[in-house]
Formats: sequence, C-alpha cells, structure tokens
Amino acid sequence: MIRIEHLNKTYKTVQALKDVNLEVKQGELFAFLGPNGAGKTTTIRILTGLTRLSSGRVSLNGFDVGNRSIESRRQCGLVPQSINLDRELSVFENLTIHGKLFRMDRQERNKRIDELLDYVEMSDRKETLVKNLSGGLKRRLMIARALLHSPSILFLDEPTVGLDAAIRRKIWALIRKIQQHGTTIFLTTHYIEEAEFLADRVAFLDKGSIVVVDTPEALMNQMGVWALDRLKEDDMETHYFNDRKEANDYIAAHKDSFTLRRVNLEDAFLALTGKKVK
Amino acid sequence: MIYGASAVYYRELLILRRRLTRLIPSWCVSPLLYLIAFGFAMGKHVTLDGHTYMEFLLPGIIAMTSMTQAFAISSEINIARFYWNIFEEIQAAPVSDISYVAGEVLAGMTRAFLAILVVLVLGFLFGVVLSLNPWFWLAILLNSFLFASLAVGIAMLVKSHADQSLMTSFVITPMAFLGGTFFPLENFPEWAQKIIYFLPLTHAATAIRTAAFGNRPSFVSLMILAVIGLLFFCLSVWCVRKAKD
Repeated sequence: MIRIEHLNKTYKTVQALKDVNLEVKQGELFAFLGPNGAGKTTTIRILTGLTRLSSGRVSLNGFDVGNRSIESRRQCGLVPQSINLDRELSVFENLTIHGKLFRMDRQERNKRIDELLDYVEMSDRKETLVKNLSGGLKRRLMIARALLHSPSILFLDEPTVGLDAAIRRKIWALIRKIQQHGTTIFLTTHYIEEAEFLADRVAFLDKGSIVVVDTPEALMNQMGVWALDRLKEDDMETHYFNDRKEANDYIAAHKDSFTLRRVNLEDAFLALTGKKVK
Repeated sequence: MIYGASAVYYRELLILRRRLTRLIPSWCVSPLLYLIAFGFAMGKHVTLDGHTYMEFLLPGIIAMTSMTQAFAISSEINIARFYWNIFEEIQAAPVSDISYVAGEVLAGMTRAFLAILVVLVLGFLFGVVLSLNPWFWLAILLNSFLFASLAVGIAMLVKSHADQSLMTSFVITPMAFLGGTFFPLENFPEWAQKIIYFLPLTHAATAIRTAAFGNRPSFVSLMILAVIGLLFFCLSVWCVRKAKD
C-alpha cells in the first residue's frame, strides 16, 4: 500500500508538488496522469527515495520513506523514464548486479533471473550486451530487473515513452500480467490511452496539485459518451453528447466539418484543467 | 553494509574486466613517456642520494599513478551518473550511502593497484628493481584510499562531466608535478617546500620512495595519509547524501 499525506516539494523557488494526498491499495494499478512538468516524476522520485520531500509524509507498506528508507526501498521496484542499464554489460550481468544490490543469494538470484527472462520473453538474450538490444527489449529488461527482488509495489515512470505502438501494446500486456500476480503498480504517463487501458484508478495532476482521483470510466462518464470536434481557425471546439443521435442532429444543424469520436480521458482532463495532456 | 558495498564493487569490477584490454595499454603510455623522457634521456647521468635518477623517478611515478588511477573512478561515477543514469538504480536500492562510497573507493583502489603492477613491469624492463616490502604496499594503499575517497566526493559535487575535467586540471595535475614525483623537494625554495608539505602526494611519494629503497617510511607521513583519507571518506558519504535533490 502507498500512502501520501500532505506532500510538498519545493525546488528553490519552484513548488513542484502542493499538498498531495493519496492512497493506493495493494494490488491496484494506479495511473498518475498529467502534462510534462506537472510533478509526476517528482512524485515517483520521492516515493522511491531518490528525492527528498520538503514536507509531508510518504510510506510504502507502512515503512516511512524518509525515516526508514532502506526498508521502504526493499518494498518497491522502479522502472525510471530514462534507460539506466549498464550498456557495456550483458543482460545477465545487469540483473545480477540488481540482485546483489537487493541482497539476493546466488541460487535464488539465478533462479529468479531465468524465471523473469522467460516472463519478459528474453531468455535467448541472456548473454547479449545491453548496447545491442532494441529500445523495446531494453524496456522489458528494465521491468524484469525491477521485479527481480519480488517487490510488492512497482513504480513505472512513463514506461512506454519513445516506443512504437506495437511494442507499447506488448509492454501493456506485460504490465497487466504483473498486476494479475498481486503487485501494486503506480504508473505515470502522458499517454491517455495507456491510462485508459491499464488503470483501475487515475489521478489528474496539474501544476503539482491533484485535480481529481477516480476510475477512468467515472471520469469519462462525467463528459458523456460521444465527442464532436470542430476545427476552428486556431483552435478546436468540442461538444459532448450522451447519445449518438443527438450528435448527428447537431452535425446536420451546423453544416460544418466535424469529427465524431468516443469520449476519452483527455476530454475529462481538458474539462477539469483547461489544458491538454502533452 | 558489506552486501551493499560488495554489490557496488562487483559492478565496477565487471566494467573494469570488460575494458581491461583497452585500459592496460592506456596505463602504459604516461609512465613510459616519463621513463623515456625524464629517466632515460634527461636523467641518464644524474644520481640522487646514491640512487640513479631512474630509481628515484620510478617510485614517484608509482605514487602519481596510484593517485591518478584511484581518482579516475570519479570519471566512471560521472559517466554512470550523468550519461547512463545508473546512479539512480543504486540510490533506489536498499544500499546505504556509506556502502556505496565503500564500494566505489574499493573499485578506485583496485584500479590503482592494477595500474601500479603495469608500472612495476615497465620499471623492471628499464632495469629498475624496487624493494616491494609491506611498507611500500601500505603507502600505496593509503594513497589510493585517499584519492579514491576524494574522487567519490568530487563526483557527487560536480554538476557535469566538464566540471570533472576542471577538477583534474586544477587539483590533480599540479599535485602530480609538485608532489615530489620528479625531483627532490629540497630543490624548491624554502617557502614553496612549506606549501608542498601540505599536499598528500608529497607524503605518498616520500613514503613510497623510502619504502622502495628498503627503509621504513616516516610514521607521520603514513598517519597524514590515513587521517586525510578518512576525512575524505566521511566527506564523500556526506556528499552522496547531499547529491539527492
């Protein structure tokens, strides 16, 4: 379980997080959604002990991140946004280093490495140097590495950023599979469809503050079912409808060029913050 | 603490092993040039306290090599920190700051010892045989501990790889030339000797040279190296803590 109470973070004069309060239950897949600079990565860095908080309290499975940082770090695995593998070392060597950092004994470590490489479908790459892996394989390796010490909480910071659509879907399937094993997953993303597809609950973060926390379905239902986009000179105007017939009637009445689509999380975000998630 | 330090050390050893075939030739270049230019060409007919200049020079080069190679761990840490973001992987693991520093310092010392073995082989090829007694190795151990500890701290303080080069230019290179490596301290004016006395490499070069000639080095020099080394180690642990934003 992740508990965040009155979390604030200030970098010199910039307040990156403002009174963030949140609770993520065991086994839940929670997505943190927001534009670049909203404070998503700062939150993950504080939760994993990489950045110090300015005030508030954060705990993982009851272990305070500030006071009992060693214990709290044992609870979680982290897949950061940027690739942080040893390029000159092999897949096996990278995983071995991680296992040693988490005090796994040799027998347990080697067994788990074989299991996880099989899990992420990379058994045939065990001796490959990381520099020779593709971007998608590096991401999968980072996920395997974060799972090596069997953490109960997994932090994924923009896990599919920079990957093509097909590989992104493979990573999504892998994330789902991990959740089915009971692991709590805390995910940050600015890909709307990623949060929609994966998350049990979503938090919208804007300028360091949580705007709303709810299920993707509940957030989208607030907007309606159908969205009608009309491109204006320098902007886009969107109208929302619960019924497709209402939307079609609107198009017929206005004799203009429209795009009809289903409502998505971005619509909810736009309505709540006045900005797009980019 | 031991588990964390051994994991950090293990990572550095794997990287060192992977690069060893490139590192060994690079470790040969500077000592070889100093031995040829200063020892063989310039100092051929020079004797100092009954020793040939080559015999005087080689312990100095050993002191300098143990300093530069132990300090080189700071570049490795910086590359891992700024370019590969691997420092985050270690920070996110249940490894204490002291364990991290201990692992990196051990790696720097290992690198220094391997480079010294290369210098000793080169010295042997030039006909210089030194007394490799326990005092000799103790002085090297303390010197490499001191500079590896300094390296970890500086690697945490600098904000980019370019800053790291500046530290080498302003701290390491002047010390390499002024710390009694190439010529006796007595050749300096008295006021300069007083300043140079405070450089750790001065004590390392003197202690290593004394031991290499079969004598027992000054206890004060060894103590100075040990105390400054411990101080730098503690400062490095503090710097690692401060490196978290």
